[in-house]
Amino acid sequence: MLSIKNLHASIEGNEILRGIDLEVKAGEVHAIMGPNGSGKSTLASVLAGREEYEITDGEVTFKGEDLLELAPEERAREGVFLAFQYPVEIPGVSSTNFLRTAVNQVREHRGLDPLDAVKFLTMMKEKMKLVEIDQKLLSRALNEGFSGGEKKRNEIFQMAMLEPTLSILDETDSGLDIDALRIVSNGVNQLKSKDNATIVVTHYQRLLDYIVPDFVHVLYKGKIVKSGTKELALELEEKGYDWIKADVEQAAV
Amino acid sequence: MSKDNEILEEFTTKEYEHGWSVKYEADEAPIGLNEEIIKWISAKKEEPQWLLDWRLKAFDTFQNMTEPEWANVHYPKIDLQQLRYYSAPKQGKKPKSLDEVDPELLQIYERLGINLNEQKRLQGIAVDAVLDSVSVATTFKDTLSKLGIIFCSFSEAVKDHPELVKKYLGSVVAMTDNYYAALNSAVFSDGSFCYIPKGVRCPMELSTYFRINAANTGQFERTLIVAEDESYVSYLEGCTAPQRDENQLHAAVVEIYAAANAEVKYSTVQNWFPGDKDGKGGIYNFVTKRGLCAGDHSKISWTQVETGSAVTWKYPSCILKGDNSIGEFYSVAVTNNYQQADTGTKMIHIGKNTKSRIVSKGISAGKSQNSYRGQVQVMKRAHNSRNFSQCDSLLMGDRCGAHTFPYIDINNPTAKVEHEATTSKIGEDQIFYCNQRGIDTEDAVALIVNGYAKEVLNQLPMEFAVEAQKLLALTLEGSVG
Ligand SMILES: Nc1ncnc2c1ncn2[C@@H]1O[C@H](COP(=O)(O)OP(=O)(O)OP(=O)(O)O)[C@@H](O)[C@H]1O
Ligand SMILES: [Mg+2]
Repeated sequence: MLSIKNLHASIEGNEILRGIDLEVKAGEVHAIMGPNGSGKSTLASVLAGREEYEITDGEVTFKGEDLLELAPEERAREGVFLAFQYPVEIPGVSSTNFLRTAVNQVREHRGLDPLDAVKFLTMMKEKMKLVEIDQKLLSRALNEGFSGGEKKRNEIFQMAMLEPTLSILDETDSGLDIDALRIVSNGVNQLKSKDNATIVVTHYQRLLDYIVPDFVHVLYKGKIVKSGTKELALELEEKGYDWIKADVEQAAV
Repeated sequence: MSKDNEILEEFTTKEYEHGWSVKYEADEAPIGLNEEIIKWISAKKEEPQWLLDWRLKAFDTFQNMTEPEWANVHYPKIDLQQLRYYSAPKQGKKPKSLDEVDPELLQIYERLGINLNEQKRLQGIAVDAVLDSVSVATTFKDTLSKLGIIFCSFSEAVKDHPELVKKYLGSVVAMTDNYYAALNSAVFSDGSFCYIPKGVRCPMELSTYFRINAANTGQFERTLIVAEDESYVSYLEGCTAPQRDENQLHAAVVEIYAAANAEVKYSTVQNWFPGDKDGKGGIYNFVTKRGLCAGDHSKISWTQVETGSAVTWKYPSCILKGDNSIGEFYSVAVTNNYQQADTGTKMIHIGKNTKSRIVSKGISAGKSQNSYRGQVQVMKRAHNSRNFSQCDSLLMGDRCGAHTFPYIDINNPTAKVEHEATTSKIGEDQIFYCNQRGIDTEDAVALIVNGYAKEVLNQLPMEFAVEAQKLLALTLEGSVG
């Protein structure tokens, strides 16, 4: 579904991604871990089409198409979803109104009729159950004054509404309380199917107890320096990153 | 990304949608400004002597006045002698009903999406359509007159209700109030008149639609609204003009008089031609709007959505004379390309327990300049008066400017005045967030801007609010790339 080859990206002349290779197939869950500043969010942003980053080398195909050629909204309509590490606030715009615009633009792209108000609200009610999000939250302005955890939950709610094929969750677990983590993970698991794929960026093994990954990758200094199965996450939890960093430095010598 | 450039290109080359004009035979005054012209206009309109005298007096004062220069706007001096002060479509005899109005004129309004045919119109809005210097038609007159409501063109009011016009004309905005008001008083051609008798709630929105069509013609309309004790009316004003290379002058005066317990809501969606994307052409919009809360417990509320005009100079104000009276001002002013707007309000607290509320949302894009200018004045006698002002500015891009000039003058120690101001930039982050959910940039900007202006848009009557939202989006198209 997603194939990343030798991806290099920089911002303001600083190279952040230095040759990423990653294959994600339908039905898979990939976890990306790595120390702060290693480029995890950058990778997520580049995949979503953030324009500040310059792609200096490499290619990315999504469902057989050149992803890098598409505008961010086109990628979204094709089924790329990014749950942001820091969701922005949009004052005065209700979540409902925002999502209705989004859902209908995505539907239009997929050749479906727009949902009328009644159908849309029915769909909303259904998806709200999935992440146990409060109706009151959705009638407020989008993310405005939401707590950290509420914002994260709202991201997964939006994901449920947009039914993406590739979801990238950037540290969705940070900021969630213990119950919320379980609920949100549960939601993500229910949305999983053999036709879609998920990339979870996280610092904590705990999330991976709930959302069990098929593969775990370690990103360090803009490269995937180690890949493995879910046991790798356990090992990292125990030993930290130093041993991997050491390996990398050694290889570089 | 190339796609974005394409979209940007498409937006910025999009033309002002009402930029067309129609040829019709017109009855015109000669070009120029002098006593003879004023007499010509007055004679053309078969006005009584008192009104001509009033005009001439205004003109006399005007000649000793100078153009104000304190506003934060810059434009070449207007040569008033090069303008035409009266232009009316030739209609033969004055039409008695809509059926007699030249269908070609009705079509002009139809093209603007305003159907003057009562049967076809949405219930609930009566329209007075003003083309260049004269009113061409007023709808729902009969329905309204059964309630004693007078809603007609200003010229008709002068003929049919001279005592009312004489009593209230210039009672809120004195003929000598300022340069443009004096000019308007001397040469005004037409406009709307509205009178709501005691105890009557006007059952429909009253609306005036102004359209400048003729070239080199100034539009100087005059609106007078009188609400007697315990009455209520909601009044709407819309305007457009053709696209022309030269600038055109529009200097209107609106006066509102509210007696005890009366309430008047005045909403404007101003969409005069703003000039092209290089700043060529566009309307100079120099308007004086003022409401007098004359009676106790009266209320006047101004709501404006300003998207058009090359230069705007406009401060809809309230004089809170009656005890416990309330004044409100809700404004969204958008400027793009080379537009300049200096707009705001004045709240003059004279009576006891008077309250005022100001919510101003400025949006600047392109190379435009957007200024809020507001004055809150509390007089000696105005015990326990309250004002709350909220002035927000939203910047799009880094070549535009937003400015705030609040003036506060308090002469009573019991007054409470609050002022809040914010400036924000439309965030790349916000747009990207929308994009990431499948929303294109154009719609993202519309969403964000409408969210920002929501508090003001919510004040508009439903039908108008939808229009205003579309207009905001349209004005800002291409301002983010
Ligand atoms: N405009 C910029 N100029 C220079 N460096 C930048 C710029 N923007 C981001 N970076 C750097 O890019 C690196 C990667 O950032 P990124 O947000 O992708 O890290 P991350 O792996 O997601 O970290 P975290 O775990 O803390 O979320 C960081 O070192 C960051 O400081
Ligand atoms: Mg990050």
